[in-house]
Amino acid sequence: MLMKSPTQTLTVREALRDAMAEEMRADENVFLMGEEVGQYQGAYKVSQGLLEEFGPKRVVDSPITEHGFTGLAVGAAFAGLKPIVEFMTFNFSMQAIDQIINSAAKTLYMSGGQMGCPIVFRGPNGAASRVGAQHSQCFASWYAHCPGLKVVAPYSGIDAKGLLKAAIRDPNPVIFLEHEILYGQSFPMDHDSDLIVPIGKAKIERPGDHVTITAYSRMVGVSLQAAELLAEQGIEAEVINLRSLRPLDTASILDSIKKTNRLVCVEEGWSYAGIGSEVSAMVMERGFDDLDAPVARIASADVPMPYAANLEALTLPQAESVAEAAKAVCYR
Amino acid sequence: MTEELLRYYRQMLLIRRFEEKAGQFYGMGLIGGFCHLYIGQEAVVVGLQAVLQDKDTVITSYRDHGHMLACGMDPKGVMAELMGRADGYSKGKGGSMHMFSREKGFFGGHGIVGAQAPIGAGLAFAHNYLGDGGVTFAYFGDGAANQGQVYEAYNMAALWKLPVVYVIENNRYGMGTSVARAAAGSELFRRGEAYGIPGKEVNGMDVLEVKKAGAKAAAHCRAGKGPYILEMDTYRYRGHSMSDPANYRTKEEVSKMRKENDPIENLKKKLAGYEEELNNIDRQIKADIAGAVDFAQSSPEPAPDQLYTDILVEA
Repeated sequence: MLMKSPTQTLTVREALRDAMAEEMRADENVFLMGEEVGQYQGAYKVSQGLLEEFGPKRVVDSPITEHGFTGLAVGAAFAGLKPIVEFMTFNFSMQAIDQIINSAAKTLYMSGGQMGCPIVFRGPNGAASRVGAQHSQCFASWYAHCPGLKVVAPYSGIDAKGLLKAAIRDPNPVIFLEHEILYGQSFPMDHDSDLIVPIGKAKIERPGDHVTITAYSRMVGVSLQAAELLAEQGIEAEVINLRSLRPLDTASILDSIKKTNRLVCVEEGWSYAGIGSEVSAMVMERGFDDLDAPVARIASADVPMPYAANLEALTLPQAESVAEAAKAVCYR
Repeated sequence: MTEELLRYYRQMLLIRRFEEKAGQFYGMGLIGGFCHLYIGQEAVVVGLQAVLQDKDTVITSYRDHGHMLACGMDPKGVMAELMGRADGYSKGKGGSMHMFSREKGFFGGHGIVGAQAPIGAGLAFAHNYLGDGGVTFAYFGDGAANQGQVYEAYNMAALWKLPVVYVIENNRYGMGTSVARAAAGSELFRRGEAYGIPGKEVNGMDVLEVKKAGAKAAAHCRAGKGPYILEMDTYRYRGHSMSDPANYRTKEEVSKMRKENDPIENLKKKLAGYEEELNNIDRQIKADIAGAVDFAQSSPEPAPDQLYTDILVEA
C-alpha cells in the first residue's frame, strides 16, 4: 500500500528558514550573514533558530554596513564559500549595489570564466505596510536588467523553500526577492527535503482560457483574487506566477497567450522600464500574431510611496484594478 | 643574500620592462582603453611577495600589472590580455584592469576605487572560515584611502580579527589630486587606529625595507591578531593612466625621484661586483618580454561566439 506523503502548512517565513537550514546542513561552506540574523533571530524572524543550530561562525551578525559586508561576502564567494547575504530590506541593498553589480555579477565574464561568485542576496523587497517611500520599493527591474545575475521572486511557501534551495545551490549570484507581507502567510508544504523549484520556470497558478495575467511575489496573490472576481463575470483568467525574472520563462508566457490571446502584466514596482515593460516587449516581438488586444500593464502609481493609508492603497495595484484591466483587454 | 637581491632585481626589472613595453604599445594603439602603469612602484609588490606563503591571497586595484607578474602570472598571458586576445588571462574580455589567477592566488584587478578593500576582507574571512592559515594582501592607493567602504572593511576586519594586510600604495597623487588636497590628515597608516589596527609607514622605494615591514605585518595576521596597515611611500613616474599628461606636478619632481630614489637603481648599487649576473638578468628579461610580445601578437582575437560565454556558470 502506498503511503500518501503527509502535507502540512507552513508560513513563508518558516519555509525560508527551513531552506537555509537544510542547505547549511548539506554544505559546510554555506553561511548566513547580515544585520540581526543571529542573536536577534532575524529582523523579520526569518533566521529563527539558525544561530543555535549552526553557531556564530556560520550565522554572522554584521554591523550596519551594507556596502562593506556585501563586498566581504563577495570576496568570500570568490574564495569558494557560499554566502547567503540577508538585507534587512532590499531598500538597503542600494548601499551595496556597486558590489552586487560591478563585483558579483561581472567578474565571471571579466575573468574569462575563472572567477565564479556563488552567492545569494535575499531579503524583503517591495512595499510592507505604511513604512513610506524609503522602505517601500520593488527592485526587481533594477537587478533583472543586469547580465550575470539571476533574479527570483517567490510567492508561495513552496516557491520560497524550493527557489531558495535552488538559489543556494546555484553557482551564480542570485537576487532573491522576498515580501514582508507574505512572511506570515501560510501555504501547503511538501515534506520533501529535496524540494527544489528550478530557477527559470514559471508556474501556472490558475488555468484559464480568456486572458493571461503574469505576476510575481505578492502580486500573484492579488492576481488570483482578480481571477476570482473575473470568474464571477464569466472571464477565466490564466494566472502565471513568473517565479523567476531573470532568466524569464518566455515559453510559458508565449504558450499561454497562444491560448488566451490577451495579456495583463502585474507588478508592484513602477511601470517605467519595469518587468511588465520587458514582458510586453518580449510578447510583441515573439507573440505579436497571437495578440488580439494591446498588452496592459498594471503597476504601482508613478510616485514615491506615500505614508497615508488611503494614498498607499491608491499607489499599490489592487485586485479590482487588475480585473478591470483584464476586462478591458477582453473588450468587456 | 646576494641571490635574494638578484631575485628582487629580476622581479622588479621584469615589471619595469613589461610596463615600458605596455606603454609603448598603448601609444601605438595596440592596447586600448585605460592602462595604468606601475613604473616606479615596483619595490612595493616585489618586497611583499617575498613574505607570502602558499595559501596567501592577493587583491589590488586597476594598477595591477606589477602585482600579476610578482604573483608569478605569465607575462605572455598578461600581455595577450592587454591586447585583447583570446590567449589572455581573461580570454580578452577583461583587459588591463580585470585579470585573475586563482591558481596563483591573485583575485584581481578591480576597476572600482576601493572595492577590493571589503572583497579582500572577504578573502581573509574565507581563510579563517576554512582554517587554511592564509593571509590576504589587499592593496589600494592613497586615493582609495578616502573611500567609505575602506573603513567599513577596517571595522569588520578588526572586529572579526581577519588575517588581512592592507597595503596603501601612497604614490602621492589620486589621479591628479595630491594627498594634501584630498586627505584630511596625511598619515594614512594611522587611519586604522580607531579600530585598533596597527599601522606603519614604510619607505616603499626600498625593497628590503618593504619586505621587513611585510614580514612583521604577515606575522601579526598569522598569529590571529587581525588586520595590519602598511602605508608604502612610493611614486609613479608616469601619469595616472596613459592618457594623463601629469601637469599637476613638475618635471623636476619626477626626475628628482627617479634620480635619487629609484628602487631598481638603488638595489643595483648594492649589487656592485655582480655586473655579469645583472647583465644576464637584463638579457633574459629582454628575451622574456620579446617572447610575451610575440605570443600576444600571434594570439587571435576572441572568436565572436565568445561574446555570450562566461556570463553565468552552467548549473
